[in-house]
Amino acid sequence: MSTGVADHETKHDTLPARPPELAMHFDNMHQQFHSGKLGMWLFLGQELLFFCGLFTAYAVYRGNHQEMFHYAHYFLDTKMGAANTVVLLVSSLTAAWSVRCAMLEQRKGLLITLALTFICAGAFMVVKYFEYAHKLHIGAVWGGGFHVQTADLPPELLAKYPEMTGEKLKDMGVGSFFAIYFCMTGLHGLHVLVGMGLYIWLFIRALKGHFNRRWYGAVDNVALYWHIVDIIWIFLFPLLYLIG
Amino acid sequence: MAGGVVEKPAAHGKPRKHYLNHVRTFGSWLVTLDHKRIAMMYLAAVSFSLLLGGVFAISLRTVLWNGAPALPEDGILGATMEQFYNRMFTLHGAVMVFLFIIPGIPAALGNFILPMQLGTKDLALPRVNLLSWYLYVMGLCFFVAVLVFGGLDTGWTLYPPYSMGGGSQGQHVWMSLIFAYMAVFILGFSSILTGLNFIVTIHKLRPPGMGMYDMPLFLWALYATSLIQVLATPVIGITLGLSLIEHMFHVGIFLPEYGGDPVMYQHFFWFYSHPAVYIMILPAMGVQSEIMGTFTRKHIFGYKAIAWSSIAIAAIGFIVWGHHMFVSGQSPTAGIIFSFLTYLVAIPSAIKVFNWVATMYKGSIDLKTPMIYGLNFIYLFGIGGLTGLFLASISNNVHLHDTYFVIAHFHMVMVGSTVNAFLGGVHYWWPKMTGRMYNETLGRIGALLVFIGFNLAFMPQFVAGTRGMPRRYANYLDEFTVFNQASTIGAYILGSGIGLQVIYLIHSLFKGRKAPDNPWGAASLEWQSESPPDFHNFTKPPIVTGAYDYENWEYESEEAGWRLKQEVIDTGKTLSKVH
Repeated sequence: MSTGVADHETKHDTLPARPPELAMHFDNMHQQFHSGKLGMWLFLGQELLFFCGLFTAYAVYRGNHQEMFHYAHYFLDTKMGAANTVVLLVSSLTAAWSVRCAMLEQRKGLLITLALTFICAGAFMVVKYFEYAHKLHIGAVWGGGFHVQTADLPPELLAKYPEMTGEKLKDMGVGSFFAIYFCMTGLHGLHVLVGMGLYIWLFIRALKGHFNRRWYGAVDNVALYWHIVDIIWIFLFPLLYLIG
Repeated sequence: MAGGVVEKPAAHGKPRKHYLNHVRTFGSWLVTLDHKRIAMMYLAAVSFSLLLGGVFAISLRTVLWNGAPALPEDGILGATMEQFYNRMFTLHGAVMVFLFIIPGIPAALGNFILPMQLGTKDLALPRVNLLSWYLYVMGLCFFVAVLVFGGLDTGWTLYPPYSMGGGSQGQHVWMSLIFAYMAVFILGFSSILTGLNFIVTIHKLRPPGMGMYDMPLFLWALYATSLIQVLATPVIGITLGLSLIEHMFHVGIFLPEYGGDPVMYQHFFWFYSHPAVYIMILPAMGVQSEIMGTFTRKHIFGYKAIAWSSIAIAAIGFIVWGHHMFVSGQSPTAGIIFSFLTYLVAIPSAIKVFNWVATMYKGSIDLKTPMIYGLNFIYLFGIGGLTGLFLASISNNVHLHDTYFVIAHFHMVMVGSTVNAFLGGVHYWWPKMTGRMYNETLGRIGALLVFIGFNLAFMPQFVAGTRGMPRRYANYLDEFTVFNQASTIGAYILGSGIGLQVIYLIHSLFKGRKAPDNPWGAASLEWQSESPPDFHNFTKPPIVTGAYDYENWEYESEEAGWRLKQEVIDTGKTLSKVH
């Protein structure tokens, strides 16, 4: 409990006056920083449970429809998924780097790493756009709406199972796979978009010189958020693209 | 407040500045970051929701006086009587659960009291607190939209396939379902943010001199509640998000005709909604612990047992959801496991009840209004808890499933306990929050009306349920007439009790006697502030005393309130000096 600046100064002459960044209900910057950080960790825990529902749905449907999931995974382009994985991993590096830059008051480094993180996130969304556009174009969509012509089936699928047709896949209920695919990657994509917004916000604040060695909590917390978005993709990529 | 001591300037004619009057503009309330103002806005909003849900309850009980006439021309508001009844019980459940009971005690009372019981100036994350309030208001608006479109008749559980576009729904039903999904989704995030804020505040703003075991039990209860809010609520978020997508685009996750699995919805739904009943009851138990100590003038019995039983209830609450699905097609093995796990909840719940009763033993019981609610709580929670054991055993459950026995059981716990504790807590902290005393006589009459009305409304339902009357039907066989009519009379009495409180509480805001700083002789830190508190909560740093050490306070007949004894002030340490 602080009773104000004067109280501290009389007791400890070496203590600095209340910094302008310190909100009135905190005693010191340390307490303020770690309150924000604990809040962010709890929020991330909440995020994990938010995605948990989808992962559970994935596990249940995969368990019940092994064969259908096997056929369906041919529709996903492993190369694009791998490219996106690399892009996100790089962005996690730059995000972590930006925290270090903010801590050390390296203004230029901070601006560059923030911008790079944003660009990587944008690149991820561009790749995602091409993947979605292709699936919607050939009719590989959710539920009863699935209507892929046999000619549009992935070549790898036809090469291995020449007798497969679009009709057969539809009857097998492959729409459920795409429901889960679009829900999981769509929700993840929304999180990436939110992250992009947050990086624009951080960039503007960094331009204005809001961060310093005492106060870089926002950079740290957004980076934490960005890492969870990355980690979720690390699980989505093998579950959806790689497991046959 | 440099130097830590500010004299009370009240006696000099000019009104004292406090959190309610230091700025008076309407806009200052809308953008306030002060936990006390946000709490008061929450209190107003949840009270509105309680009354709204109450009107629905009165309406459906009125239909059940005779049962709905079968002929469609005897309709009301453009619907047949059956349709009207279905909408009323749906909205009653949804509004009461999502808008009143879940946020009621934590977001209104907890928001106000938690920082004060810790002796701090605010919650750790004031902007998050304000955001959670605005999310709540958005959720409320969506529910009002449901009301305007008027078609929600799925029951508050929103089970597919009847919801999500199955069945033969009209356009307005389709729209009101969208609004309902949005509402619950948004309210979930409001609840998560409140819980997150409480956990951070308890860990990071608890002053150095106060250990976890020095906290009042209300804070332990809020802590346990917050854990559930943060860990369970996101699951209902994703469930209703998926339901919304399913409802609009038929993607095939929950709807069987597109390859989905409706039982999975039930698993997801109850994975949240069972822990959610502990979100509803745990803060009520916290209020109860405060009231029992204060009005028996005795240190709470079994502090650690009560504290840890809150955490135990929160933990066990996560692994019992399957007991809602004994007849939904889960495997018998799963049913047996869930049944045994459900029995476990009874242990920490009973520990609490025994400790409250032991607290009263040889105490000097003061039957003020909050204490009457406290006694109501013990009695009704006892019945509600024990009938929960009937329902936890599978063989009984299969027989009693979806009967009025279930209705009576959970109303005993949710209304009999939580609403009683909410009302008790509102009366207990009303002098602190508003600076005014309510009329004690009317308060006691109101509490008795609630008790009588409640028992008359729900005791007959136990009997009707065991004799086979199913829930959610607008009609019943003649043999159930007497139970239903008694129940309806009880609902009216309960409603009049709550109506009476609304009247005298609002009246007290304008005409009530000025409240002393500590009207009850309670010992937790919030009573060392002024009534109503200063904008910074404490004008001088509070003195460290045990939250249940009532002997530190003495009655001052001059101001009709209690004061810290002079020797405690002289020898005690202030919170800021304990390092």
